[in-house]
Amino acid sequence: MKAPPFRHMAVAAVLALALLVPVLAPAYRSQLALLWVMIVFALTWDLLGGQMGYNSFGNVLFFGVGMYACVIIQRDAGLGYFTGLFLGSGAGALLAAALAALLGSGILGLRGHYFAIGTLGLGIAAGELASGWQFVGGGGGMVPPLFPGEVGGRETFFYYLSFALAAVTLPFLRWLYASRFGLVLNAIRDDEDKAEAMGLRTTRYKTTAWCISAFFLGLTGGAVGNLLGFVDPREVAFAGSTFGVWMVLMAILGGKGTLWGPVIGAAVFHLTKELFWTYLLGWQRVALGLLIVVIVVFFPVGILGWARERWPERFGHRIDEAEAGP
Amino acid sequence: MGNLRLLFESPVLLVQLLLDGILIGAIFALAAYGMALVWGVMGLINVAQGELVMLGGYAAFYLYRAGIHPLFAVPVAAALLFAAGWLLYRAVIFRVVDKDLFISILATFGLSILLQQLANTLFGADVRTAESGFGTLFLFGGAVTVSRIKLVAFAAALLTGAFLMQFLRRSRMGQAIRATAQNPRAARVMGIDTDRVHAWTFGLNAAICGASGALVAMTWIVHPYLGLPYTVRSFMIVIIAGLGNVAAVLAAALGLGVAENFAGFILGAEYQAAFVFALLVAILVWRRFWLARERRYLR
Amino acid sequence: MTFILQLERVRKAFGGLIANKDVTLRVPAGKIFGLIGPNGSGKTTLFNSIVGHHPIDGGSIRFDGREISRLRVPEIARLGLLRTFQQTRIYGGMTCLQNMVISVPTSELGWRSMFSRSPPEDLRRAEDLLDFVGLGPKRHLRAGDLSFGQQKLLELAMALMSRPKMLLLDEPTAGINPTLINGLLDRLRRVNQQLAITLLVIEHNMGVIMNLAEYVYCLAHGELLAEGNPEQVQKDPKVLDAYLGAR
Ligand SMILES: Nc1ncnc2c1ncn2[C@@H]1O[C@H](COP(=O)(O)OP(=O)(O)O)[C@@H](O)[C@H]1O
Ligand SMILES: [Mg+2]
Repeated sequence: MKAPPFRHMAVAAVLALALLVPVLAPAYRSQLALLWVMIVFALTWDLLGGQMGYNSFGNVLFFGVGMYACVIIQRDAGLGYFTGLFLGSGAGALLAAALAALLGSGILGLRGHYFAIGTLGLGIAAGELASGWQFVGGGGGMVPPLFPGEVGGRETFFYYLSFALAAVTLPFLRWLYASRFGLVLNAIRDDEDKAEAMGLRTTRYKTTAWCISAFFLGLTGGAVGNLLGFVDPREVAFAGSTFGVWMVLMAILGGKGTLWGPVIGAAVFHLTKELFWTYLLGWQRVALGLLIVVIVVFFPVGILGWARERWPERFGHRIDEAEAGP
Repeated sequence: MGNLRLLFESPVLLVQLLLDGILIGAIFALAAYGMALVWGVMGLINVAQGELVMLGGYAAFYLYRAGIHPLFAVPVAAALLFAAGWLLYRAVIFRVVDKDLFISILATFGLSILLQQLANTLFGADVRTAESGFGTLFLFGGAVTVSRIKLVAFAAALLTGAFLMQFLRRSRMGQAIRATAQNPRAARVMGIDTDRVHAWTFGLNAAICGASGALVAMTWIVHPYLGLPYTVRSFMIVIIAGLGNVAAVLAAALGLGVAENFAGFILGAEYQAAFVFALLVAILVWRRFWLARERRYLR
Repeated sequence: MTFILQLERVRKAFGGLIANKDVTLRVPAGKIFGLIGPNGSGKTTLFNSIVGHHPIDGGSIRFDGREISRLRVPEIARLGLLRTFQQTRIYGGMTCLQNMVISVPTSELGWRSMFSRSPPEDLRRAEDLLDFVGLGPKRHLRAGDLSFGQQKLLELAMALMSRPKMLLLDEPTAGINPTLINGLLDRLRRVNQQLAITLLVIEHNMGVIMNLAEYVYCLAHGELLAEGNPEQVQKDPKVLDAYLGAR
């Protein structure tokens, strides 16, 4: 099937704009770097929550593991800054994926309430463990090494790094969802008992999906630890009540179970947050809590879900069979 | 691990830890019983359970500051939280009761974050406590110490639980609640207003959490972020004990209290919270494999 | 005669309710057998026990020469014993064609082809089977939007897609437009003969099963009441009593 050229042009325009941000809006590099991070958060959450129907509240675990692993390697391996960062993030990603594989057969065998609360516990347990463990700085957290380049180079570098992460994650997931793997995930979401009754090795698929999600989150963790300049066990790395729940919220806001929904949700959420943050003076976190409740209660279908109900034909759903053709 | 050796060297420590665990366990049982009630009647897992406990704690603390003895604060906190629970139900909960479970979990999780942050903004992040001034009891020639308030709190927790059970058994609303838990559709057919039942159920749950929070404020401390461990403890107790069994809830809660105390002592207090959450994961995973062993599943 | 499915004194209770009481039943390879009984007599429970949906309390279940009473659902399915559900189950959010292509035998969904796209021969076979059950024109519709009867047909096609050795069908004609029932029965016979798939069919409509099966087991209150060829069973006074009593 040939995509309409309009799409190509739109994608090219967005890409060009994204690449030019450090030139066009140098003051906002850090905020916009976080935008790409948020997009990765929402996309990786949706791989399980939206596509597979496993609503995890603990995916932040993998983000934190990647972050800690990266900073530890940077601290202890005695490598140069960039070598340390890249090797560290890579190792963090692999460690996160390995952890997902290890936990997978146990945790992903849980369903419904049990999975949701179990993963919630998992994320918080990790934060508590890290706060007690002196090797990783305990409750005080850790500080990654200083960026070696000139002033301002740090922001630009991390902007492009975050952009690259999102630019890899999105096409990868797009490819994944078009494969049989994606279909099996959807089957598990629609009716896991049926999938089992058809003999599908659901645990294998679920675990692999979690590993993929964990891998990208781990990779992102390394970058974000360095971008923010500090690693705190409860407030940054395993921040269940901020990053952890934002992942879920952004995916829902954009539209669960779609490729672009999480991207849209992350963009809307992050930009709104950054725009209004300063006006809320001390009530920011309260407002965020309220926002979660309001979105979940009143707008659970999300932006794309709403659009799909409004204009079904635009979303490739054939309404009558005459259209189906031979 | 040095503490482990200490435990073997002076067995009287065992008594101390056991006693502390049992006394705190009764307070856990209250919140867990409330969670079981809401779960059974409304089919809802309330992730904001611990925040209700936290609010009860602050109610007791402010009453104490106003010069009221914290023990009298227990019924007042329960009454206040009943109202708060009712309001929460009318504002948010009733909209998600019949929605799919992910929505209800996420909505109550959002509520939990909201209440945490409200408490943090309004009451401040400081750690507070409501002094009872009851002093300490020395047993075994001073080898085991028990602050009297813990004993009082234990008794008060059992009393509160008994009171709630009597209410459920005797009052008309209590009977309607139990009928709804048994079979919601039949209850509706019989003319029971399930919406009202749900509002009462959630209110009662909040009240019992409030009482439990007041006891926590007296025996321990309150701060805005203490909620989640209570939610997780309640959840753990309920999945071990099942929904309809009060004695099992109490037993599981006491067991958890003891286990936590031992873990806190052996691993160090900084790992006690980690232990609670890790234990939750371990129990869930263990149950999953245990059931799957004979073709059964945890749903 | 070799039996592909062999149940010996299978027992299953839910609390105090004994849903299956020492049921013994044998199905030879390549045949169509029926399982009848009034509503609530334990037929679906027996299917659930066979495919590993829940533990059984006693007895033995052998499939293809292998004890399967302790295996779990997906393991049994991979041995080639599939079931359809009385309350039809399909993947509602996916199109009919997607429902079909992920129902290929699981050996074809191994590690290597996990991330590939569906090969053209899968697509062709999926379309052929959809045509076979009469859903060809609807292949791009969301399966959840089909009528109940159509979902039932889709579920059958999905089962065929995975090339089982034996199929357990739970009331395949329930909810199907009565004018189409004969066509469905004809297709089931063709499935049996041309694809060499053994069938065990639950029906509570006597007329249908008499037409289809060559041997019938009858359950009532969880117990095996009678067995034999359709005419014998139909005339059996105990069976008549059970059916009339159930009304
Ligand atoms: N999971 C279950 N838990 C408790 N009772 C069940 C369960 N499944 C079936 N039953 C009971 O077992 C009996 C047999 O049911 P079923 O096998 O569905 O009958 P049939 O398919 O012949 O109509 C019924 O009384 C039903 O209520
Ligand atoms: Mg049945």
